[in-house]
Amino acid sequence: MIAFVLRRVLQSLTVMLAVGLIAFGLFRFVGDPVNNMVGQDTGDRDRAELRRSLGLDDPFVVQFARFLGNAAQGEFGVSYRQGRRVSTLLAERLPATLELSLTAALFALAVGVPLGIYTGLHRQKWTSKIVLATSLIGVSLPTFLIGILLILVFSVTLGWLPGFGRGDVVRVGWWTTGLLTKSGLLALILPAVTLGFFQMTLIIRLVRAEMLEVLRTDYIKFARARGLSDRAINFGHALKNTLIPVITITGIQLGSIIAFAIITEQVFQWPGMGLLFIQAVAFVDIPVMAAYLVLVAFMFVLINLVVDLLYYVVDPRLRVERLAVGAAGA
Amino acid sequence: MMSDALLGVEHLRVEIPTRHGTLVAIDDVSFEIAPGEVLGVVGESGAGKSITGSAIIGLLEPPARIAGGRIVFEGERIDTLSPDKMRQVRGKRIGTIFQDPLTSLNPLYTIGRQLVETIQTHTGRSTRDARALALEWLRDVGIPSPEQRIGHYPHQFSGGMRQRVVIALALCANPHLVIADEPTTALDVSIQAQIIALLKRLCREHGTAVMLITHDMGVIAETADRVAVMYAGRLAEVGPLRDVIKHPRHPYTVGLMGSIPAIRARQSHLKQIDGSMPRLAAIPPGCAFHPRCEHAFARCRAERPDLIVDGPSSAACWLYAPERVAVADG
Amino acid sequence: MRDATALPDVPATRGIGAAMSRAWDSDLAHSFRRSPFTIASAAITLIILLAAAFAPWVAPHNPYDLATVSVLDARNPPAWITGGSWEYPLGTDNLGRDVLSTILYGSRLSLVVGFSSMLFAATLGVALGLTAGYFGGVIDAVLMRIAEVQLSFPAILVALLIDGVMRGVVRADMQEHVAVYVLILSIGLSYWVHFARTVRGSTLVERNKDYVLAARVIGRPPLAIMVRHVLPNVMGPVLVIATITLAVAIITEATLSFLGVGVPPTTPSLGTLIRVGNEFLFSGEWWITIFPGLLLVVLVLAVNVVGDWLRDALNPKLR
Repeated sequence: MIAFVLRRVLQSLTVMLAVGLIAFGLFRFVGDPVNNMVGQDTGDRDRAELRRSLGLDDPFVVQFARFLGNAAQGEFGVSYRQGRRVSTLLAERLPATLELSLTAALFALAVGVPLGIYTGLHRQKWTSKIVLATSLIGVSLPTFLIGILLILVFSVTLGWLPGFGRGDVVRVGWWTTGLLTKSGLLALILPAVTLGFFQMTLIIRLVRAEMLEVLRTDYIKFARARGLSDRAINFGHALKNTLIPVITITGIQLGSIIAFAIITEQVFQWPGMGLLFIQAVAFVDIPVMAAYLVLVAFMFVLINLVVDLLYYVVDPRLRVERLAVGAAGA
Repeated sequence: MMSDALLGVEHLRVEIPTRHGTLVAIDDVSFEIAPGEVLGVVGESGAGKSITGSAIIGLLEPPARIAGGRIVFEGERIDTLSPDKMRQVRGKRIGTIFQDPLTSLNPLYTIGRQLVETIQTHTGRSTRDARALALEWLRDVGIPSPEQRIGHYPHQFSGGMRQRVVIALALCANPHLVIADEPTTALDVSIQAQIIALLKRLCREHGTAVMLITHDMGVIAETADRVAVMYAGRLAEVGPLRDVIKHPRHPYTVGLMGSIPAIRARQSHLKQIDGSMPRLAAIPPGCAFHPRCEHAFARCRAERPDLIVDGPSSAACWLYAPERVAVADG
Repeated sequence: MRDATALPDVPATRGIGAAMSRAWDSDLAHSFRRSPFTIASAAITLIILLAAAFAPWVAPHNPYDLATVSVLDARNPPAWITGGSWEYPLGTDNLGRDVLSTILYGSRLSLVVGFSSMLFAATLGVALGLTAGYFGGVIDAVLMRIAEVQLSFPAILVALLIDGVMRGVVRADMQEHVAVYVLILSIGLSYWVHFARTVRGSTLVERNKDYVLAARVIGRPPLAIMVRHVLPNVMGPVLVIATITLAVAIITEATLSFLGVGVPPTTPSLGTLIRVGNEFLFSGEWWITIFPGLLLVVLVLAVNVVGDWLRDALNPKLR
């Protein structure tokens, strides 16, 4: 068990290192940092001075180490576009994105899993076919289009829900939350549904496919041959086996959601990290891009680690170190 | 048909509709099993043995379906039972053992849980009683340290141990008939004998009849009281074990017995039957075996023989029609 | 006396005619014919493809010929709503361009980028997968590590990143020229992994088979073995992944363009059109954004349906 955890942590660190390298590469080699920071009429001598003070003349390894050290402390320098510290910017925007992402993920799971199970168990019913058809359409709809459609229907035409911004937020320490105000909650609905919709359709199809696969196995056949009730088979045996691969995929999807938030935040002008990142890409604001990259990578790696550990806990086949040896004979 | 037979299969016909036409997997097969008797059903892969077993317990995989005949168990027809009633028959009155013990057990549940669940489904005992009974069964099938092993998962057992657990699961509700479909084929040769002996002993102790399906004549010779030989979805021969082995009547059975090397005789090469069993889509008219038969004559090509009684056994072969006194050709 | 085993009649097996009738009779074609939904989708895809390819001839106007565009016609609603006319069947946008024409031209670009990036991803992925699977060892380990790392990041992020880097690296005046190529590159680089993994898996399986061993013993070069023997066995799954990737690539391009980091605004794709139209949503001129959106959905849906059918048809277990 310890060996497993250690190995995974080591793997995660390697990935973070690789990402760090890429982020650092962005800093050093995409455009010139000094030119990005100062105006055109700054003299050459001042530039050289700036260069030296920023440590840009130091050897590569030293700079990389310094970068890593800074990154570990959350220090990414100053945004080219806004002139403010990147860490501050990110801290301001992080809660919005996280709240949105988690709500979306919850929505996707809460709706997707039951529907997936239903369509898996009742293959022939027309309700299943409708759900599947809808999920097919859902997979074909780009996230931003879903957002636009929802805004058109619920905001412009019906006027029920806001299609813009985050509503009123409450400060709790350094975190800002929209969950404690009515307008905040209302503003959260459309973006969360938009963001989670694609994942929900994926989950429906995944759960259904898994369920169908499991229902064809020998142990289900044997369970039927033993006369177990449909309920025991479907919700006891089949379900547990179905949900295990779903855990992994869902965990990975959470990371995907955080990234897809970029799109949703653009459509709804939601003040999150994603929106910040897009503006950074358009402006080639390297520090923000690099910082976003590292932060998001960290979240992914963390999520993957947790999912792997969860898998370990849930699937007994992974847990046994050695095969329990029976007595002589079979 | 004897009214005190435990199981009676009468003119069973199983069809599989495909887009190329309807395949007949079982064609007019009739046999009986008396209480406590062991009937060995032997034949090559694809002869229809397993499908017969599946048809009896009502677990034919669609699109295969029963297209004719009756199945009578303990005096009542079971092929027309509602799914719910059939489910009550399975496990409690007819048990089943499948071929591969690795895939027959749900990998995510302890064997104790699977045993207790089965026992409770059929006897309604309390969990504590059921667990005690489960322990007894584990001891009976020869699992060492049952108190410890009852909490183990299937992958923690060796193949032979797993099959013992499967036998326990099949017998724990005390069915009157057990259908064992290739119970030892997936096991090491050294273990096969032990498992067969175990099955034999338990069934004798509990008075359980057995339909032992296998392609291994050696297993049949060890265990069966009567033998049924299947070929291309039809019965070729049926009779008491000794009689069929010593005096095989149907040319196919003759070939089967002849191809088993005797341990003491000196042979330069193994005898084999030329040709191979026809595919379901290409079964010849008349007797299905006639293209490979040394003794085939005009009637064999034209008419399909019923089971013709000859002494204690019956063979589906025109050679034993009452009007024929001696084997003639032409 | 032994009866000769009667052999079934062997039909003529050679020739194109026979091959075609075999194909028509095959399980694949049969399941295609059985599903009207799939046939309809394939037909729709074909129609859109043709309309997009021949846009200059099919479209009623050329929306990019400034001489024919007049601001006076701007923001007309579709023909069936008061204020609209059949000259501009689906209405006009804020600059007076005919929406029907813009979406035809736009779909052209969307399809070109989508197909190209999918082909790029497929070629790269299949090549790398074959290499990794065949040679194994260090090459395989390195490639698979890279694949794993990349897989843990959503493709959209990878595409955005590559796109962003290109912006920083390429000179400002060159940006427009290379934008489309950069886009194809970044989308393609985001999706090679699925191809590579599948192909690698199949290659590993095939590599150990006797006929490959025989070829190696004879001295056939690895490339020949991979292309002639392994590749055909792998094409089924690759085809399925290709259709799915096509749909995803089209969506990704649309998304990037919507975000403003895709194709340059002078040659809009469907995504760009949606983005532009979005600004007029709140003022009630919904057609400017909805029609490009509709076409995009229909296109992707059709591709997905065909891909779904392909996957079910090629999966022997699901029959």
